[in-house]
Parts: sequence; structure tokens; C-alpha cells
Amino acid sequence: MAAAVPLFLLVLLLLGSGGWSQAEPPRDSLREELVITPLPSGDVAATFQFRTRWDLDLQREKVSHYRLFPKALGQLISKYSLRELHLSLTQGFWRTRYWGTPFMQAPSGAELWVWFQDTITDVDRSWKELSNVLSGIFCASLNFIDSTNTVTPTASFKPLGLANGTDHYFLRYAVLPREVVCTENLTPWKKLLPCSSKAGLSVLLKADRLFHTSYHSQAVHIRPVCRNARCTSVSWELRQTLSVVFDAFVTGQGKKDWSLFRMFSRTLTEPCPLASESRVYVDITSYSQDNETLEVYPPPLATYQDVILGTRRTYAVYDLLDSAVINNSRSLNLQLKWKRPPESGYIHYQPAQDRLQPHLLEMLIQLPASSVTKVSIHFERALLKWTEYTPDPNHGFYVSPSVLSALVPSVVAAKPVDWDESPLFNTLFPVSDSSSHFVRLYTEPLLVNLPTPDFSMPYNVICLTCTVVAVCYGSFYNLLTRTFRIEEPRTGGLAKRLANLLRRARGVPPL
Amino acid sequence: MAAAGAAATDLEVVRGKRAALFFAAVAIVLGLPLWWKTTETYRASLPYSEISGLNSLQLRLMVPITVVFTQESVPLDDQEKLPFTVVHEREIPLKYKLKIKCRFQKAYRRALDHEEEALSLGSVQEAETMLAEPLEQAEGSLTVYVISEHSPLLPKDMMSYIGPKRTAVVRGIMHREAFNIIGRRIIQVAQAMSLTEDVLAAALADHLPEDKWSSDKRRPLKSSLGYEITFSLLNPDPKSHDVHWDIEGAVRHYVQPFLNALSAAGNFSVDSQILYYAMLGVNPRFDPASSSYYLATHSLPHVINPVESRLGSSAASLYPVLNFLLYVPELAHSPLHIQDKDGAPVATNAFHSPRWGGIMIYNVDPKAYKASELPVRVEVDMVRVMEVFLAQLRLLFGIAQPQVPPKCLFSGPKSEGIMTWELDRLLWARSVENLATATTTLTSLAQLLGKISNIVIKDDVASEVYRAVAAVQKAAGELASGHLASAFAASQEAVTSSERAFFDPSLLHLLYFPDDQKFAIYIPLFLPMAVPILLSLFKIFLETRKSWKKPEKVD
Repeated sequence: MAAAVPLFLLVLLLLGSGGWSQAEPPRDSLREELVITPLPSGDVAATFQFRTRWDLDLQREKVSHYRLFPKALGQLISKYSLRELHLSLTQGFWRTRYWGTPFMQAPSGAELWVWFQDTITDVDRSWKELSNVLSGIFCASLNFIDSTNTVTPTASFKPLGLANGTDHYFLRYAVLPREVVCTENLTPWKKLLPCSSKAGLSVLLKADRLFHTSYHSQAVHIRPVCRNARCTSVSWELRQTLSVVFDAFVTGQGKKDWSLFRMFSRTLTEPCPLASESRVYVDITSYSQDNETLEVYPPPLATYQDVILGTRRTYAVYDLLDSAVINNSRSLNLQLKWKRPPESGYIHYQPAQDRLQPHLLEMLIQLPASSVTKVSIHFERALLKWTEYTPDPNHGFYVSPSVLSALVPSVVAAKPVDWDESPLFNTLFPVSDSSSHFVRLYTEPLLVNLPTPDFSMPYNVICLTCTVVAVCYGSFYNLLTRTFRIEEPRTGGLAKRLANLLRRARGVPPL
Repeated sequence: MAAAGAAATDLEVVRGKRAALFFAAVAIVLGLPLWWKTTETYRASLPYSEISGLNSLQLRLMVPITVVFTQESVPLDDQEKLPFTVVHEREIPLKYKLKIKCRFQKAYRRALDHEEEALSLGSVQEAETMLAEPLEQAEGSLTVYVISEHSPLLPKDMMSYIGPKRTAVVRGIMHREAFNIIGRRIIQVAQAMSLTEDVLAAALADHLPEDKWSSDKRRPLKSSLGYEITFSLLNPDPKSHDVHWDIEGAVRHYVQPFLNALSAAGNFSVDSQILYYAMLGVNPRFDPASSSYYLATHSLPHVINPVESRLGSSAASLYPVLNFLLYVPELAHSPLHIQDKDGAPVATNAFHSPRWGGIMIYNVDPKAYKASELPVRVEVDMVRVMEVFLAQLRLLFGIAQPQVPPKCLFSGPKSEGIMTWELDRLLWARSVENLATATTTLTSLAQLLGKISNIVIKDDVASEVYRAVAAVQKAAGELASGHLASAFAASQEAVTSSERAFFDPSLLHLLYFPDDQKFAIYIPLFLPMAVPILLSLFKIFLETRKSWKKPEKVD
């Protein structure tokens, strides 16, 4: 940036009349919401929603003055004649079997679907340009969207907002499953929030915690909605959603209790002054019959009950705009405790760091008699750096054997032995309890076949082809240019001379 | 039998030789060109000589001036000589490869009847409006009226007058050398109204050597086809301040007229946004004497960068963006003032950064805090703000304060905030800048092609280059004949075409094939093919030399 210079002079004489009709600026409002749901598996899901509503018809009027609605997205709507835009960036997969039904699921990677207005002339060009611009705004590789991964579904993706006519010619849908979502995608997403990440619920959005989760999905939805109940005019709605699933074992050291601070390493300190509504919902639906299984702190001032996704649920509601919620303690750190601790067990998991340390998973489990316990670990095959392959990469790579250390109950109670007196084979492991003995078992090492690139294929092909050509050419050349004639055997010749030399040495007449 | 055998063998040997020679010939005549042609990088022919000719281009900027003499402005016998034309040419000394000459072509003529009538009016403003009606002046031209020495049109002590349009008035003189004296005055006025050295130097700031101009001249915004102007209201403390600004009205009343006047220089689009919790990058210092906070001059450059990340880039176009920020300081740091180098607060409480935009700090009236509880509703006084922003906008475009010659009455700008001749001057500067940019781009492209042999030039790129060269030449021609508007258009086309050619992605397609890898691929084929050919050629060569030498020995 060039040096800034103070401005000393002021030359303008402007129109004298300063008074003009004060047009009432279009109303826009912001609502923010956080839903925390303890999942059946013990993990915790947190879903943020930020909704900016602008009572203005962006399609009809030319708008260039923005307040709460972000300028970058507002310009897109008018420039590319958008009617609806849905973009989601997701890392991980929502495991419905363990976590239940989500509020809104998104596919792994990047998903973009857009309804264009019917006034647009060249849909494909706008789609291409739009994906390029979005890729710039969200720092994602959406610019890889092209005709090879774009489809126009005819049944599945109906407009979510106000629509008067659903000609599927104006719909485009694309998914990039390989897109990796990371901090650089979160930062521009946070910048679109009116309160940035300085106040309100958005203070919890700290990248280093949000990406240490099993599931992370952030999305932007823009759509026209009804302004009032009778739907006489149109408003525009921007919904920014973010859902994360915190791994209970990683965040809570195996305990199912959680608090805002433990999950986000932040607490709520002040509401966003721009928000007209700012609430936190905590799912306190009891799973078992005796209803006092968990407790939340601070105790909620209100609860909310409704049928959500087919089941009756109860939520504790904290309204951040209610001064009593935050003012008492200067900051709000929601906590949830399970009254009856869940089945004891110990799981220690230390994730690997590439090229630095391996994975470590330790589990302490109590096995019922004559039962089968299966521990399975999913892994992904990855390509190594080409210098890291061993000389025989197709042999595979070894995963070290698992270790099972157990105290097995003895059939016969052993009598306490004297440590020094007994035979050596009996005293390797210290025995603390006479009713059980210690066993350590090892499994086989696992040989994993990693994908191996063919390192020299192109050059081999070139060399082989060239050799074939050269051999053909060489024999052809020889055939054409050499003269063949029968030659009398001459007396010379190296072989003959050598033979004669040997013969002379042996005393045999030469050839 | 043996002789016949030897003859047959000789025949065989000759045939073998011929076959070898034929192989060599095919390889050289057919194989080599084929290989050369198939692996060659395609390069359409380019006008290299014309591009290098652009470097020694001489720019002649012609300013057509119509000088109108009223009765009694000059002695009668001088009036008899009218009309005639005088040319005043001088070189503008710049350390730049383009030689720029400025040429004032003064067409002297007598006043027409209605001009006489208008100039006999009481005040110069009235005369001007009356004169302006039938007159349609081309961009870049000037009209100077010479009035009698004692005309009451100008105040007594004033010798000349510069109007807001393309007109000026100069007092005449009854003297033997009247034309010479008046001619000098006219040049003085014309220079103030059109081209001067520093206008061109500022325009060419990017192309001039650093030492002379960069430090003291502020570089104006680079020439472009269009500009985006973004007004941002930064409210870092929405808990205490509920700030409202009527930006729509302000844009409509103040900014749009100015931009309409400037519309010849490019397309403009204006938008605005409000950013909350956007902080400056510098912590203001507390000044206990005035119990206020201040930003020192040296810390101003650090203010911009953190804010800029929030401003967001414009998604809608690729034009350069000018940012104007209105910063309402947070309650804990208000009032906030900007200090100049001497430590005195800057009256406007604003600063600008060349080629980026401007920042103004808007302090909330302290009385407002007592009147109501937080957040305080703040209505921004847009007149005050827009005065500063428009002044900054002028500076950013390089429209400097005019240097008025001594004893000259100077009319201020009209309501749109810019004078017509200031716009002409801007167009001149922009045309010269565009020409310089296009020339530099074309020259660098030609140099690059000479240095890197792997660059591909497709036909469409070549046609862009041709178009750019033609546009540069056309612009230079139009400048020399005094047609400013068409010269400016041609210079813009030159820049656009030359940049499109220079930044075409197809130039890079073959750039990443290093020579060693190419030869690693060629050698498995070329070596086994070339060795037999070369060996047999060598053998044939040896034999023919032997057969040549033999007869000599016989002799």
C-alpha cells in the first residue's frame, strides 16, 4: 500500500440545498440461532443458522447500497440474474445410523445448485461465470465446475423459495466430491456475517475447533421469500448455516458431558447488536423412561417443545437478547451433564500426523463371557510421495500388529508363590491377584496394498517404440547398403592366431 | 569368372553407396524438415519493426485555440491583418523515450457580431452564458476572447479570466507589438487550461525513472476503461452507535453529477455498504491535553490493510476499485483526530492513499451521549462527508488544483465540481498514459518473444497485436491533428488490445517443456538412426578422397 497522505484541502462548493426527501432505507433484519443436539452415539451436534432478510426485490430494483446483506452476494444476484443459490461445503459424512436424522444434510465436498431467472439468455455461460466468481469469494475450487460435472435435474431440486414457474432449463446442479473444506473456506464465510466473528453466536466459530470434528458442513442459501403472510411482495433471504459434529471421545476424554467452552474453546459474551433474534436451543429430550437423566446449566428460562423430524423433542431455550441470560455472569457457558454416568470404559485415541507419528488407539473394555468382540478400523488408501515408496512397492506396506493385554480369570486358584523360589518361567509377569492371570496376545501384522503409480511408464513406452523403430530401420538399412560377397578364408584372424599360439605352446602343428 | 564376379561386386558396392546416400538425402531433405515442422512452436508473424518503431514515436499534442479579437482590442492596422494562424510549439522535457511536443495552434480572427454584443455586457459571467449558447466546442479546443484594454468586463487589476468551460478572456493592448504581447498572454492562459509538464509527468509516473517524479508527485489512478467507487461506512462499535447515512441521496445529489461530467473518461459504478466491527489497524494514541485520541501521520499507512480484508472485492466487474471509508470511531476511542506532520489536527479529519481511496473519520457529537442511552442514534451529515470524498476523488483522478497565472480572474467549478477544461486535461493525460502503456506492453511482448522461443503466438493474438499497433498510430495521428475525443478512444483500444494480447493464456501453453527432457525423448530414436547414416557417409567420404588422391599420385 502506498503511503497515505493526509488531505489538507477542500475545494468543493456543493449544491446549497442539503435537504432532500429522506427515502426510508429498505428494512433488513438478522436472526441467529444455535441448536445443540446430543446425539445417540454420544457425539454432540451444533447447528448454527444466520438469517439475513432484506425487504427488497433484488430482481426488480437496481440496488447498490448494502447494509446487513453482504455486498459480494447481493451483486451476484443482480449480475447473474439468480433466483436461488445453494452452496454447501462439507467435510465428512453425516452418519445417519449413529447420529439420527440431520436438519439438513449435505454431500461431502462442494455442492452448488442454482435457479436462474427466466429472463436470462445464456444459462450455461452465467453458470460458468458464477461458479468462477463463487470460487473466488469462498476460496474453493468451484472453478472446476464445467459441463462434465453439471447436470439439470428435472424432479429432485425444486426451488426452496418463492417460485412462479419451474422450468428446469434454468436449474444447474454440480457436486465436487473431492473438494477439501478448510479454514480458508470458513474465513470468507464468516466475513459475510454482519457481526463478523466479533459478537453474538459467531464468536464461537473458531476454526481450529470447528475443523477438529467428525463432520463439518457450511452452507449459503439465497432465496426469495414472502414478505408477509399474504405474500404480496417479495423479500430476499440469505441463510448461512454451519453444522458440526464434535467427537465425544476427542473433546470429552470419553465422557459425554459437554460445555460450550470445551467444544468451541469460547463462551458467549455479548449478543450481536444487529440481530433481532439471537437464541441457543439445547436438545434436552430424555432418551430413557426416567426423565431426569441429564441437566443443563445454567437452568433455562424457557423450554420449547415440538415435533421435529418425526419425534417429539424438548429444547431448552436461551435468548441472548434477554439481558438476564448474559448479564449475571458476564459470559454464558452452557453445560450439559449426564446424571448417571454412561457405561464405564476407557478409550484413548491419538490421531496420526503424517510422517511424524502413527495412530494410537487404546480401548479398555470389559468383555462378557463367551462373546465375540470385533474392532474394525476403516482406513483410506493414499498415495505417498514418490520418494517414499520402497524399492518393491507392490509388496505392500505393513501395519504393525495389534496388542491385546488381558487379565484372564484362572480356572484354578493359584496359590500365592514365593517370587524368588518359583521357576523362572512362572515369574515373568507380576501376579497381583491369584484368581486371574495376565496374558498379552499379538495379532498378525497387516499387509496393506497401497496404490502404486507406474513411475516410468511414459518413458518406457517412448524408449520401446523408438527401439522397435530403430531395429527395423537398422536391419533395413543394412540390407540395402551392405554388399554381401563370399570371401575366401584368410590366414589372419584373431581367433586363428590365438589358436595357433596355443597350439604352438602345446607342440601341435598350427592350423 | 573372377572378373565378372568382381564387376558384380563393384556394382553391388556402388548400389550400396547410392542407397546410403539416398538414405542420408531422405533423412536430411524429408526427415529433418518434418521433425522441425511438427515440433515447431506456432508463431504468427508480428509487426516487429513497427513495434520497435513505436519506441521512437514522436507525440505531437495539438491544442487548437481560436483567438477572437473584438474591436479596439488591438491597433487598427493590426486588425487589418486578421485572420491568420500562428503556431507555437515546444518540447516538453521528460526523461522518457517518447518525445512529446506540445503545439498551440492559434487561429486569430475577428469577433462576430453576436460575440461583440456579448462581450460588451456588464459582467463576464453573463457574457459567457451568452457566448456559450451557439458555440459547440470540440474536446481539447479553447477559445480566447481578446477584449479592449479598458473594457469593464474584467475588474481593473485583472488581466485575464479563465472560465469553467473552454473559454477564456484576455485583455488586449494598443501597442506596436500588440500581437506578440497578446500572444504571450494567450499562451500563459492556454497552458493553465490545457497541457503542462506536470500533468504529463503525473500521467507517465509509472514509466518515468523514479528519482525525478515519484517522490513529490502523487501518482494518479491508472487509466482504465471503468472504475468502481465503493463507499463504506465502518461502524466498529454498533453497541454504542447506531449509525445511519443517507448514501442514496448523497450519491444522487453529489457524486452522480460529478461522475456524469467525467463520463467521457470511463464507465463508473457506485455502490455502498455498511461494515460492522471493522477496526482500524492502529491503536490511536491518547492526547491528554485535548482529552482526545489521535492518529499520527506515520501510522496512517498501517490503518488501511486490516480494514481492506473486510471490504471485499467486487464480484461484478474487473475494473479498479476506489474505496471511500467513513469511519465512526468506537466509543472508547472518540473523539479521534488525524494529526499532520507538525502534530496539528487535520481540519478535514481525512486522508487519502493514491490509487486506493480515502478514509474520513467522523466523530460523533459528544452531546449525543448525554441525551440518550446507548446505542446513540447517529445521523451522518452527508454534505460534510461528500465534500471531503469528492475532493479526494478529484485528487485520485489526478485533477490537481489549477495553477492560475498572475493577475487572472478564476471562476470556480460549476455545480458538478469539475471544469470542462479540467476534463480535457484529464483526457489528454490519459491518452498519453494509454499510449505509453500500450507501447510498453507491445515492446515487452516483442522482447519476450525474442528471449523465450517456446511462446506460442496464435492468429487471434497476432491480430490483437496488429490492432494495438494500428490504434497507437491512429491515436498519435489524432492527437497531432487535435481531435482529442477520438484520440482518447483509440488510445483506450490500444491499451485493451495490447493487454489482451500480452495476457492471453495461450502464450504459455508450451512454456514448461525444458530442453533436456525433449532430448531425452529424441535420443532413443535419433541416435540409432543417425549413427549408421553418419558412419556410411564417413566411409563414402574417405573412399572418395582416396580415389581422388590416387590419380594425383599417378601424375
